[in-house]
Amino acid sequence: MKLYNDGMNPHDFVRETTRAAAALFAFGAANALYAAAVPTVPDTMQQRVAACASCHGAHGEGLPGDVKIPRLAGKPAAYLLQQLQSFQDGRRHHAPMEYVVRQLSPAYLQQIADYFSAQQVPFHPQPVPATSADALRRGEQLVHHGDPARGIPSCESCHGSTLTGVQPLMPGLTGLSYAYIQAQLDAWRTHQRSSDGPGCMTVVANRMTVGDVTAVSAWLASQPPPANPHPLPASAQTEPLPGWCVVGNEEARR
Amino acid sequence: MKRWIMGAAGVLLLAVIGVGAWLFVPARAPQVVPAQAQADAAKLHDPALIERGAYLAKLGDCAACHTTRGGAPYAGGRPLTTPFGEVSAPNITPDAATGIGAWHFADFWRALHEGIGRHGQPLYPVFSYTSFTKVSRDDALALFAYLKSLPPVQQPARAPELQFPYSVRQGLVAWRALYFQPGEYQPDPKQSPEWNRGAYLVEGLGHCNECHTTRNAFGAMDEERRLAGGQIPAQSWYAPDLSMQPGGGLAGWSQQEIVALLKTGTSTKGSAFGPMADVVRLSTQHMNDADLAAVAVYLQSLPPRQPVAAAPVVRASDHAHGGELYAKRCADCHGDNGQGVAGTYPPLDDNTSVTEPTGINAVRSVLLGGFAPATAGNPQPYSMPPFAQSLSDTEVAAVVNYVRQSWGNHAAPVAAGDVSRLRHTPVD
Repeated sequence: MKLYNDGMNPHDFVRETTRAAAALFAFGAANALYAAAVPTVPDTMQQRVAACASCHGAHGEGLPGDVKIPRLAGKPAAYLLQQLQSFQDGRRHHAPMEYVVRQLSPAYLQQIADYFSAQQVPFHPQPVPATSADALRRGEQLVHHGDPARGIPSCESCHGSTLTGVQPLMPGLTGLSYAYIQAQLDAWRTHQRSSDGPGCMTVVANRMTVGDVTAVSAWLASQPPPANPHPLPASAQTEPLPGWCVVGNEEARR
Repeated sequence: MKRWIMGAAGVLLLAVIGVGAWLFVPARAPQVVPAQAQADAAKLHDPALIERGAYLAKLGDCAACHTTRGGAPYAGGRPLTTPFGEVSAPNITPDAATGIGAWHFADFWRALHEGIGRHGQPLYPVFSYTSFTKVSRDDALALFAYLKSLPPVQQPARAPELQFPYSVRQGLVAWRALYFQPGEYQPDPKQSPEWNRGAYLVEGLGHCNECHTTRNAFGAMDEERRLAGGQIPAQSWYAPDLSMQPGGGLAGWSQQEIVALLKTGTSTKGSAFGPMADVVRLSTQHMNDADLAAVAVYLQSLPPRQPVAAAPVVRASDHAHGGELYAKRCADCHGDNGQGVAGTYPPLDDNTSVTEPTGINAVRSVLLGGFAPATAGNPQPYSMPPFAQSLSDTEVAAVVNYVRQSWGNHAAPVAAGDVSRLRHTPVD
């Protein structure tokens, strides 16, 4: 076996080999340096939606503490898509959200909605707001039974007996902060939030008093996370929606 | 006090010129030869003309202003904020009562080419007729045919809400006399057809100057500094210099990189954000390859720029603090040396949007984050987190100053007060 060319003496061989090894090492080192300088970017939805994560968490788990930012994980995809479109079209108002969703196509919005809908992550425990026992009782009453005398349906009648939402458009009400739920009910009451359908919440929130809003928000926020967080199937909605849920009905416009 | 006197004198001057012009310049009716009008009307149903008009409407980005959020396309209603007040874009669908249903082509041509409305009134230049006047008659006819082919939508126009004296429309007669020269684009025979096409698109239908040129106190463009960059009035974004020559905002960009940015919203040199992301999403991503190349050829020919800032830039005292924040919050995506990741995360070193004179773009990008526009060429863009809720004004200023004064960047620092003001700027 020939280790070196006839024209190359052993000394040259060692020198050439050393030189080659040095070049290889330098190449490897340069590569390593390059790798350190140029960030590697994972080709994942989680990486792409970094803009969402800083407020909603990498998996849409929400933030701990009483902040006006909702959990997104596990909510019905059609509901999430509708909300993203509402921020684009001006039916929901929150400047940072409006700016972030502005440049996104319908197809990409769908993918983002699907991504957060598919996330299964534990709930953050929500701080229990300081509310009177009477208010909590009133909140519980409204959530389970509504107030028929004032035409307020129970939360359960649309958001599911488990309050984890109903496919395809009803969001779960569990694992949300007091600040967020209260802000949303106020937004419905003052027409700062609307929907292209169904339009029940404008009417419901306006039939509630300010005290009712506080009571319902406090009771919902103080509940422990559900054992099964999944939204109920569409078949769980057995009652037809009342006529005043139609978008643009007389009472919702007032 | 001095400013007050200057302002009052300016208003008085405008008023005098306006009244004089109103008295002595008779309102002209459109000059239409009946045979020409008939020939124009006959062409309006030509499907090929309508299709070309649809493409031209994308190039002109008509929908950006003439469609309100969540509203019917081209039905108007979007409020356009100017330093002089708010003007809502009118309905340009062919509804007879509230749109352009009763318009003839001569009316449309007069609006686009001369900036005169259907009833002879001078139009507010928030409608960019200062650029659209360069559009050819053939292209205008195609645009009109396309608009006439749209489903009519009934939506009345909202009256402009302008402060006095701008609310007096006849004052525009004076403005026009000073700042508006009607005239179709005249090709430069010394240049190639491709260059001329690019010039026609950039200076005319694409109306790039309307943002990328500095405006004076009366909202008129500085003709000496065309496409040399300018703060967009009332929007708080800075539209950078578009020269690709030494000293220019796009120095170091290749024509391919210009095309990539316009077509996909991102390139190895930078990504579109703020109002330019809207432009890419609604307009330039739909341009054909020949037109994109023509725009790049034209931009390549813009002259080199003389550096304006003679004063040495003072190093911000918060550089070290900014560096710590950068390492923790920014370097994962933009790299330790601001080099970015080609086509994914824009470089911050030698990026005109970082070093533009005002610092507005860097501050607002840190506050707002956001996605590059989703386009056919980049359907799932990556994004930047907003930092408005996690960084204080002082911290935002520190990290922006670090980025504006590191690597090859030597831009003036911003103050925490600037950040505070920009934090509350409306996003739409």
